[in-house]
Amino acid sequence: MVDQTARKDWMSLLAKAPAGVLAELWQGMEDAPEFTHLRAPEIGAAMVRGRMGGTGAPFNLGEMTVTRCSLQLGCGTVGHGYVQGRDKAHAERAALVDALMQTEAAAQTDMTLLQPLRAKMASARTARAAKAAATKVDFFTMARGED
Amino acid sequence: MYVAVKGGERAIDNAHAWLAEERRGDLSVAELSVDQIKEQLKLAVNRVMAEGSLYDQDLAALAIKQARGDMIEAIFLIRAYRTTLPRFGNTNPIDTGAMECIRRISATFKDAPGGQVLGPTFDYTHRLLDFKLAADGEVLEAPVSAPRTEPTPRIADFLGREGLIQEEAESDDTPPDLTREPMELPGNRALRLQSLTRGDEGFVLGMAYSTQRGYARNHAFVGELRIGDVAVEMEIPELGFTIKIGEIEVTECETVNQFTGSKSEPPQFTRGYGLVMGQCERKSISMALVDRALRWRELGEDDMGAPAQDEEFVLYHSDNIQATGFLEHIKLPHYVDFQSELELVRKLRREAEANVAEAAE
Repeated sequence: MVDQTARKDWMSLLAKAPAGVLAELWQGMEDAPEFTHLRAPEIGAAMVRGRMGGTGAPFNLGEMTVTRCSLQLGCGTVGHGYVQGRDKAHAERAALVDALMQTEAAAQTDMTLLQPLRAKMASARTARAAKAAATKVDFFTMARGED
Repeated sequence: MYVAVKGGERAIDNAHAWLAEERRGDLSVAELSVDQIKEQLKLAVNRVMAEGSLYDQDLAALAIKQARGDMIEAIFLIRAYRTTLPRFGNTNPIDTGAMECIRRISATFKDAPGGQVLGPTFDYTHRLLDFKLAADGEVLEAPVSAPRTEPTPRIADFLGREGLIQEEAESDDTPPDLTREPMELPGNRALRLQSLTRGDEGFVLGMAYSTQRGYARNHAFVGELRIGDVAVEMEIPELGFTIKIGEIEVTECETVNQFTGSKSEPPQFTRGYGLVMGQCERKSISMALVDRALRWRELGEDDMGAPAQDEEFVLYHSDNIQATGFLEHIKLPHYVDFQSELELVRKLRREAEANVAEAAE
C-alpha cells in the first residue's frame, strides 16, 4: 500500500482552511486546470462523536456541516475534497488541489498554495495560544507575619 | 366529524409580512448582518449550534437573525435544516486530550500541570453594566505571552494513577443515535449523554441545580473544565483512510464526585461528564452533574426518588423543540375539540340541575 501520510496531511489542511484564504491563494495559481466532476459539490453532515470522560466509550455529540466534491483532471488524476462548512466552490478547490498534488504540478501547488496556507493557519493558531498563555494564573503565596 | 375550515390565508400572509418588517425594526437603525451576529454574539451562536445539534456558525447566526433573537425558535430552524442534510458518515471520537485549550481550569488542583488558564471568561468581572460599550466599540488588544508548550494532561489521569477515581471503561461500541431511532428507555449512558448535550440549557441547569440543593445529592467538584478546538477525523470510504474533516470548538467538564466502594473495591471518587459543542460552559457543567445523578443505578446508589435521577423524566423533558412543539400547538385552532367539550359541560350541567330540582320536589 502506498504511503498516504502526505496526502492525508494536505487533505486535512484543506478541510480546515478558511474558504476566503484558499480562494485568495488560488488566484496565485497559473491557469486553472481542466476537469470534470465525478461528484458535483454536495453539502451534507457528519455525526461527531465524543468519548465518555474523554477516554471511555463513544457517544454521539452532534453533527457538523461538510461539503465534498470529487473530480478528474484532463490527465485522468482523481481529486477528492472534504471541507468543513457549506461552501461548494471551496470543496471544489480543495478537490482540485488534491488532484494537482498528485501530478507534476505538485511542487508548484505546494509552494504557491499549501505552504502559505499552512503558515497563515499556524500564525492564527499561535496568536490564540499567545492570548491564552497570558491568562495563565501565576500563584504566589503571601508572606505571613508569624515569625 | 372533521370539518375543514378555509380562510385566514390573507391574514396569515399579512402577519408574515408584518413579522418581516418588525424583524428589520426601525429603518433608521443600521441592519444587523449575519457576520456581526457570528462575531459579536458568539455565545448565542454557540448555544444554537449545541441545542440545534449542528455545528455551523453561519447557519446558527442566520437562524438567530431570522428568529429575531428567540433562541428556541432559532434552534428549531437549525433542527429543521439539519434533517435535510445527507449524512456522509460518523466521525472518529474526538480526542479532547489533544485540545488546543484557550481555557483550562481545575477547582481541585491548584498546581495542575498545564496550569490554570482563564481564557476569555466572565468570571471575576463585576457584573456592572459597561456604558462604554454603548458609546464606542474600541477595544484594546489583549496581552500576549509565549504560547504554552507544556502538555495539559487530564486531571482525572492523576487521580486515576493512584486508583482514586473510577476508570472509564474503554470501548469502541457503536453508540445509539436518537436522531435515527426513537429513544428507548431505559437507555444507556451514551444515549443519555447525547440527549443531555442537545438538551435545553435552562432545563439541564435547573436539573443540575436541584442535585446541588439536595435532590440526589452527589457533591461535585469541577475536576477540570476545558474549552478549545479539537480536530474532527473521519474515515473516507472512497479513499480508504482517515482525514481531518474540520475542527470544532467544544467545552468539556469533568466532575469529581463522592465515593462509591464495595466489599471488594476500596472507596474511590466517581465522575460525571459534560461535553458540548461551542463555548457553553454553564451547560457543560450542568450536563456533568446531571450525568452523574443519572448514573445512580450503575454505581449502586439508592433511588432517592429525585427528579434528576429519573431518566425518563430528564430525557423526555430536556428537548426544548419537542417541548415547545407540544406546548405551542395548544394555541392553534381546536375549535371542534372545544365544541365537544362545550356540549359535554352543558349536558352535565343540565343533568346536575335536573337532579337538584328532583331532590327539591
